[in-house]
Amino acid sequence: MTRLSSTTTLALVMGGALLLAALNLGVAPTSQLHVSTYVVSLTGKYLCYAMLALAVDLVWGFAGILTLGHAAFFALGGYAMGMYLMRQIGARGVYANPILPDFMVFLGWDHLPWYWYGFDWFAFAALMVLLVPGILAMVFGWLAFRSRVTGVYLSIITQALTYALLLAFFRNDMGFGGNNGMTDFKDILGFSVQDETTRCALLVITAALLCLQFLVARYMVTSRFGKVLIAVRDTESRTRFLGYRPETYKLVVWVVSAVMAGIGGALYVPQVGIINPSEFAPGNSIEAVIWVAVGGRGTLSGAILGAVLVNLGKTWFTSALPELWLYALGAMFIFVTLLLPRGLMGLLPRRRSAAGVEPVVAAQEAAMDHETAVAQEAIE
Amino acid sequence: MRRLSHLLMIVLLTLAPAAGHADQADDAFADLASTNYDTIRQGVDLLAFSGHPQALAILSAMKDGRLYARTSDHRLFIKTDSGGFLDAVTGKAAPDVMASGLKQVRMNNPVRGEVDAALGSLSLMSPDPSARMTAAEAVFHSHDPAALPALDKAIAKETDPAVKQRLDQAHAAALLFSTDATDKDRLAAVAVIRARGDMDSRGLLDSLTNQPPAVAAAAHAAILSIDQVLELWSVVQSVYYGLSLGSVLLLAAAGLAITFGVMGVINMAHGEMVMIGAYVTFVVQQVIRAAAPGLFGASLLISVPLAFIVAGVLGIIIERTLIRWLYGRPLETLLATWGLSLVLQQAVRSIFGANNQDVGTPDWMSGATQVAGLTITFNRLYIIIFAAMVLAALMAALRFTSLGLSMRAVTQNRQMAAAMGIRTPWIDALTFGLGSGVAGMAGVALSQIDNVSPNLGQSYIIDSFMVVVFGGVGNLWGTVVGALTLGIVNKFLEPVAGAVLSKIVVLVLLILFIQRRPRGMFPLKGRAAEA
Repeated sequence: MTRLSSTTTLALVMGGALLLAALNLGVAPTSQLHVSTYVVSLTGKYLCYAMLALAVDLVWGFAGILTLGHAAFFALGGYAMGMYLMRQIGARGVYANPILPDFMVFLGWDHLPWYWYGFDWFAFAALMVLLVPGILAMVFGWLAFRSRVTGVYLSIITQALTYALLLAFFRNDMGFGGNNGMTDFKDILGFSVQDETTRCALLVITAALLCLQFLVARYMVTSRFGKVLIAVRDTESRTRFLGYRPETYKLVVWVVSAVMAGIGGALYVPQVGIINPSEFAPGNSIEAVIWVAVGGRGTLSGAILGAVLVNLGKTWFTSALPELWLYALGAMFIFVTLLLPRGLMGLLPRRRSAAGVEPVVAAQEAAMDHETAVAQEAIE
Repeated sequence: MRRLSHLLMIVLLTLAPAAGHADQADDAFADLASTNYDTIRQGVDLLAFSGHPQALAILSAMKDGRLYARTSDHRLFIKTDSGGFLDAVTGKAAPDVMASGLKQVRMNNPVRGEVDAALGSLSLMSPDPSARMTAAEAVFHSHDPAALPALDKAIAKETDPAVKQRLDQAHAAALLFSTDATDKDRLAAVAVIRARGDMDSRGLLDSLTNQPPAVAAAAHAAILSIDQVLELWSVVQSVYYGLSLGSVLLLAAAGLAITFGVMGVINMAHGEMVMIGAYVTFVVQQVIRAAAPGLFGASLLISVPLAFIVAGVLGIIIERTLIRWLYGRPLETLLATWGLSLVLQQAVRSIFGANNQDVGTPDWMSGATQVAGLTITFNRLYIIIFAAMVLAALMAALRFTSLGLSMRAVTQNRQMAAAMGIRTPWIDALTFGLGSGVAGMAGVALSQIDNVSPNLGQSYIIDSFMVVVFGGVGNLWGTVVGALTLGIVNKFLEPVAGAVLSKIVVLVLLILFIQRRPRGMFPLKGRAAEA
């Protein structure tokens, strides 16, 4: 890693989170230095988005799979966590039913559906956070990569996937709260989710897990596995002819990426306090792609940087100039793709060109030229 | 008792039409002026069968609450629309009547029912065929055996075959509910109603009780046969709805198929071109409403070419400023055009506001007609026709114009086309303009069936992609088959699974379908497919 080194990124993420937590808990509210709980949760939210961005970057930046449906995995992880949090409410809900969540009582259900069993147990919910997105990604990826669905076709069916889930989760009969989703959470592992200490702990945990994901992703892309992956991204057919099985490499990275997004969603829910089907909206997934593009596709630090900066911008815009936000977001899409193909990371001064991700961009550009030539020759 | 008296009265009437008119009518007028509801009801009855020439006018006036009685001498008057009064009995104007001395004839629900029934049997004799038709239908629904003699008379006099058929059906219905018909007549009646074969006939046969065994069996068989026919019609109806949905999808996807096929470009802002077409319609209608209200019927015809031009020019501008920098990078194009779609949506929102705009439907497009068991709504029908016309025009343009020739050449082999002197960048721009223009025309059609809001395009973009991906790229027939298949499959699943679930099922089926045919149903063959 060059421009923004991995250590710097990790230090920034972890140090920032710890600093905010300390300023929230350790400094008197009257002090100038005090950081409100709102800011703590907001930062936690950004870091969850950064996990999603990292997941998107892993498949888009390194395997060339432009996913337009990654928010689906994020939301599924979020729903698994939401179900745990719903069960923790217990009899403190509006209808005071010790077993059934409020929305089920409201819909007149008399017993818990089977797929809600076990979610009162944190370890099970945590396992589901990993398994549900992971298994869905495995099935979807296995089907798609095996039949060599690539390029825009793959992008479109990932979008279809998240759209289908969006419609499904809007249905009340699904048993996930319909369009209201799940909210009014009380406890997580016995700690109140509203509590400042819990919020700070969640932020620090999110930051730590983000760093862990970063290291996993970095290990993956810098290992031999990562090199093959990059080869698959740049010329899949050539890699295949060399005797590799691109679909296996893609599938592995795809599943890992989905699980990472799921973890992000799971941490997102307690910090934001709500999960509803709009998280599945196709627009969300595409927005995640633009975070990566802004930060710098194919650079892991860039994904995190992009997610945090774009969302910071969104928070500022939507409160200060709400009607301009979509212009800004749209302009960002156009500007970055047209003029800044390497994202913000491409603007940072080059440092040493050590082993790692840097050569990727050059290779990628070479590949683009090649692709252009191929496409010009026999356009699809 | 009342029915019997009806019957008796009608028999009497038929036997001696001239006799007793005056007396009966006078009694009726006296009864109507009463304040007792039962007496009024009796009066309605009497009047209906008195054969008095003013009976229809009086009863209609009564129904509308325009019948008044003078308190002093119980004479009846009809209030006219202009506020004056007519003498109810003579039908002549009564200029000297003071409104203060009049009291409205009283009505309650039983009286109202009596008036409706009386009007029904009176209208059986009306000189207007459509009124007779309506009356026959009313009798069919009430299947009151008391109406039988009146029906017999009406059938004997009827000359219009369609009305006669309705009268026969009404007669059969009433006969089945009478107490003294023979089995043979009943069986014939069941056959008549079976031949009618709609939902009402089924309901009527279903409600039959106390029938002789043979008749009950025939009725049961008739119900089964009607069910079968209705089932068949519901299939046809689903196909029609599917066609209509499919043609909407086709309109939205045709432009996308062209740009995707010729240029390999995924245009995420395609939905916004549709939306802009819809807003062009809105603006045209606003201008027409303000400047030339008489032209409103033609507003859509004016909008179609305008929408094509506006969206087409916009498409060319987009191609020249944005897309041409991204050729050969389909994924980047996708992102940039998505950004563009956000900007366009927000721009429309800033100009027109976020609310739904009111786009009117010209008279010739509203309403529906019943063809046998099929309900055809005109706006849907016109959209199907419009989609077919747009498709034919597109195909003709690709097949017979020099632009079309160049476009096909560029699709097949870009370099060779360039070597032959085709200016490929120019063709790209025109292709993009054509695709966007078609989207704009689709917007005109969609403005008639959907809400015109800045989000209009978003709701169609995913479906259009599915159509293109399903049908295969660069092949208009593939798009047609894709759109119609998706439309019809969707509409057939809907009654079984519900609208949302059927959409999910279609999406999942599509995802699975792509596994089998990664390049759609009709992929491009040859070297082009290898890229």
